[in-house]
Amino acid sequence: MPKRFVSIWFKYLLTDREAIRHHSLREVSVAFTEPDRGRMLVMAMNVHAEQCGVKPGMAAADARVIAPGIRLFDSKPGRNITFLKGLAEWCLRYTPLVMVDPPDGLLLDVTGCTHLKGGEAEFLKDLVSRLRTIGYTVRPGMADTIGCAWAVARCAGTGLIVPPGGQRNALMPLPPASLRLGDDILVKLNQLGFYQVGSFIHLPKSVLKRRFGGNMVLRLYQALGQEAEFLLPLKEPVPYSERIALLEPVRTRPAIENAVHTVIDQLCKRLYGEGLGLRSATLTYLRIDGKSFQLIIGTNHPSQRTDHIFKLFALQFDQIAPALGIELFIIDAIQTEPASDKQSLIWNGKPAADSEQVAELLDNVGARVGNVNIHRYLPQEHHLPERAAAPTANLSDIPESDWPEDLTRPMQLLAPPEPIEAMALTPDYAPRQFIYRGQRHIIVNADGPERISHEWWVEDGGYRDYYVAEDEEGMRYWLFGTPNDLSGQTRRWFIHGYFA
Amino acid sequence: MTNQQEQIIARLRNDIAGWEGFRPLPPGERQEFGLGPIESVFPNQTFPTGALHEFISTRPEFTAAIGGFIAGIIQTLLAHGGVCVWVSYTRRIYPPALKRFGVDPDRIIFIDVQREKDVLWATEEALKCSGIAAVICETRQLTFMDSRRLQLATEQSHVTGFILRKDARQVNTTACAARWTVKPIRSKLRPGMPGVGFPRWQVDLLKVKNGQPGSWTLEWKRKQFTQVTEQAFTEKVKRYA
Repeated sequence: MPKRFVSIWFKYLLTDREAIRHHSLREVSVAFTEPDRGRMLVMAMNVHAEQCGVKPGMAAADARVIAPGIRLFDSKPGRNITFLKGLAEWCLRYTPLVMVDPPDGLLLDVTGCTHLKGGEAEFLKDLVSRLRTIGYTVRPGMADTIGCAWAVARCAGTGLIVPPGGQRNALMPLPPASLRLGDDILVKLNQLGFYQVGSFIHLPKSVLKRRFGGNMVLRLYQALGQEAEFLLPLKEPVPYSERIALLEPVRTRPAIENAVHTVIDQLCKRLYGEGLGLRSATLTYLRIDGKSFQLIIGTNHPSQRTDHIFKLFALQFDQIAPALGIELFIIDAIQTEPASDKQSLIWNGKPAADSEQVAELLDNVGARVGNVNIHRYLPQEHHLPERAAAPTANLSDIPESDWPEDLTRPMQLLAPPEPIEAMALTPDYAPRQFIYRGQRHIIVNADGPERISHEWWVEDGGYRDYYVAEDEEGMRYWLFGTPNDLSGQTRRWFIHGYFA
Repeated sequence: MTNQQEQIIARLRNDIAGWEGFRPLPPGERQEFGLGPIESVFPNQTFPTGALHEFISTRPEFTAAIGGFIAGIIQTLLAHGGVCVWVSYTRRIYPPALKRFGVDPDRIIFIDVQREKDVLWATEEALKCSGIAAVICETRQLTFMDSRRLQLATEQSHVTGFILRKDARQVNTTACAARWTVKPIRSKLRPGMPGVGFPRWQVDLLKVKNGQPGSWTLEWKRKQFTQVTEQAFTEKVKRYA
C-alpha cells in the first residue's frame, strides 16, 4: 500500500497561540523576541507585523520603529515544542501516527485513514478547518513522501494534495528551500542561479553530491521517494488498539457505557481470535474541547471477557467528566499475554474456570481497595516469627518449602510485641504473673522456653525466650523475655500473641 | 391436627429451610466437619454450608479462639481444593498458625482494606463469587441490612461466610444462620503433667435457624475437633515449679 503523509505548517504558531489566549492580540502586531549577544532579536511574529515588514532576526528596536504599536513578548525556549506536542495529541483523532516536526510543523502518517472522512480532500478540509476554527494559521500538504508533503505545505501555491506518484512534477516549480536544506547550500544554489528545484533535479546524482554534499542529495531523493524516510511517532502505536468515533458527542452515562462496551467488545474479539488475553489497558477519551483523559486498569490474569474488563472500567466511570461531550474513545491494550483456554492450575484439584473466577474477583476488589492490600503468604525459612511468612502479590506462586506443622504459634500475632510487667521467680522459667494493659494475669500453666535468636546475617539483636502461658481464666498467651545474661541488662518481658 | 396436616407443615418447613440456604445434600456430598454433637442440632443434622455464621468476640483472646475454630471448619471446606478469602480492616491473624488447624496458609487470600466501610463491600463481592470455598470477614459493625445483603449473596452462590465480629459492643438482630461464641478455657493434661494442653474451647451456639442452641466444650486434638466430657476425677490444682 503506498504511503500517504500529511505535513501541517503552523506559520504563526507562537503568536497564534498567544492570540487564542488573549483575544485582544488578534488585530495588533505581535512579535516574540529572544536575547542574542546583548540585544533582543525578533524570532516570531504574526501576520500584521509581517505586513509592516518585521522579519525574523530583526532587532526588537527596529521592529518597534517600522511597526508602531507592536506588542513584544519574551519567548521561552522549547515552548513551540510543547505546543506542537499538544497539537500532535489533538491530531491523534485523525491517525495514530503523528510526529512533531520542529520548529513549527507536524507530520501525520495518514495511510489508510483518509477514507474515514470521505476522501483525501475532505480529510484535509476537515483537519484544516478545525484547526482554523481554533485559531491557528495552517497550511497542509499531502504527498507520498514526507519530504514532498513538507515542501508542498510550505512553498506551493496550489496543488496541496500531490497525487500518488506525482512528487517529481510537484517539486519542479518549488524553490530549493522546500527541500529542507541548510542555509549554506541554499546560498550556493542561489549564487549558481538554481531558483527552482526543476533546474537541478535532472542533474546526475554524482554531480550534485560532489558540489553540494551528500545531505542535499539525500533530501532530494527522500522527497522524490527514492530514499527511505521514517516517521518517529509521538506515541508508540500499540499493536492492539481499538477506537470508536461518535457521530454525536456523548454526555450521559448510559451513552458512555454503551460506547465503552462496544469498543471493549471489538478489542476482546480481536484478542480472542489471536489467543491473547489482556493484562493492562488504557481507555482514552477525547472531549470536543480538545482535552483527553485516560483510565487505566490491570488484571491478575490474561482476560478476554468483555463483561469483566467493562466492569473494571465501570468502577472508574465516576471520574469521567464529559463536559460538553466526548467524541472519541480509544482503548489500547498495553500488555497482553497468551491466554490458553485451559488456565493453569493454581490451586490443586480446582477446576480451571474457578481460578479465573478468583482472579476476576481480585481484579474487582483490587480496583477499589488497591492491589497492594491483597496478600497471600508463603513460608520462609526463618525462625523469627515476624519473618516466617512473606507476602506475595502473585497468585500463581507456590510455596518453595512446607509450612512447619510442629511449631506452636499463636493465632493472633501482635506487631510489634507489646511490653508487659512480668515477675518470674526463677531464672529461665516463665513468669508467675504479668500485667498487660492494667490487667493482672496469673499464670497457672506454661510451656517453654523456646529460644529464638535474631538471625545475625539479617540483623543484629539478641535472642528471645518464648513461653506459652495459660492464665487462670484459660486464656493462652505467647510471652517472651529478652536476654538476662548480659551484664547490666535486666530481663524485659513482652507479649507477642494470643493462642487459639 | 391430622397426620396429613402435619406432613404438609413439615414439607413447608423443609421448603423454607431450603430457601434459607439449608439444603439437604445428596448422601455422597455430605461433608463431615467432625463437630460431633454440634452438627446434630442443625437442620438435616448437617452443618449449614452456603450460609452465614456470625461469631461474637468481645476480647482479643476470644478472637484468637474463634480464628482457630473457623480454621478447623474451613479445613473441611478446603479439602476438595479451592481458596478462601479473609477480609479484614485491622488484621492480626498470623498465617503460619493456621497450619496447626489443617489449613495451608498459602491457600488463603487476605484482603486488608484501608477503610472500615470497604470490609462489607469486599465481603459481598467475595461471597458472590461461587469459585471460592469460604469467606471470613472481620468487622465490628453488622447491621440487619448488611447481614441481609450478605445472606442473599450466599444463597445465590452457596459460599460459606463467617462474620467475625470483633469488639462487638452490642449484639443486634441479624439475618445470619447461626450465632456463635467461642471462648478459650483451661486446657487439661493428664494429672501431674506440666505445661499447656491442647487448645480447648467453650463453644456456645447462641442462635440457630430451625435448630437447637446449645453449649459444648471442644478440644482441637490430632487435627480434628474432639468433644470433651468432664472427667470424673478432680485434678488437684498443682502449680508448676
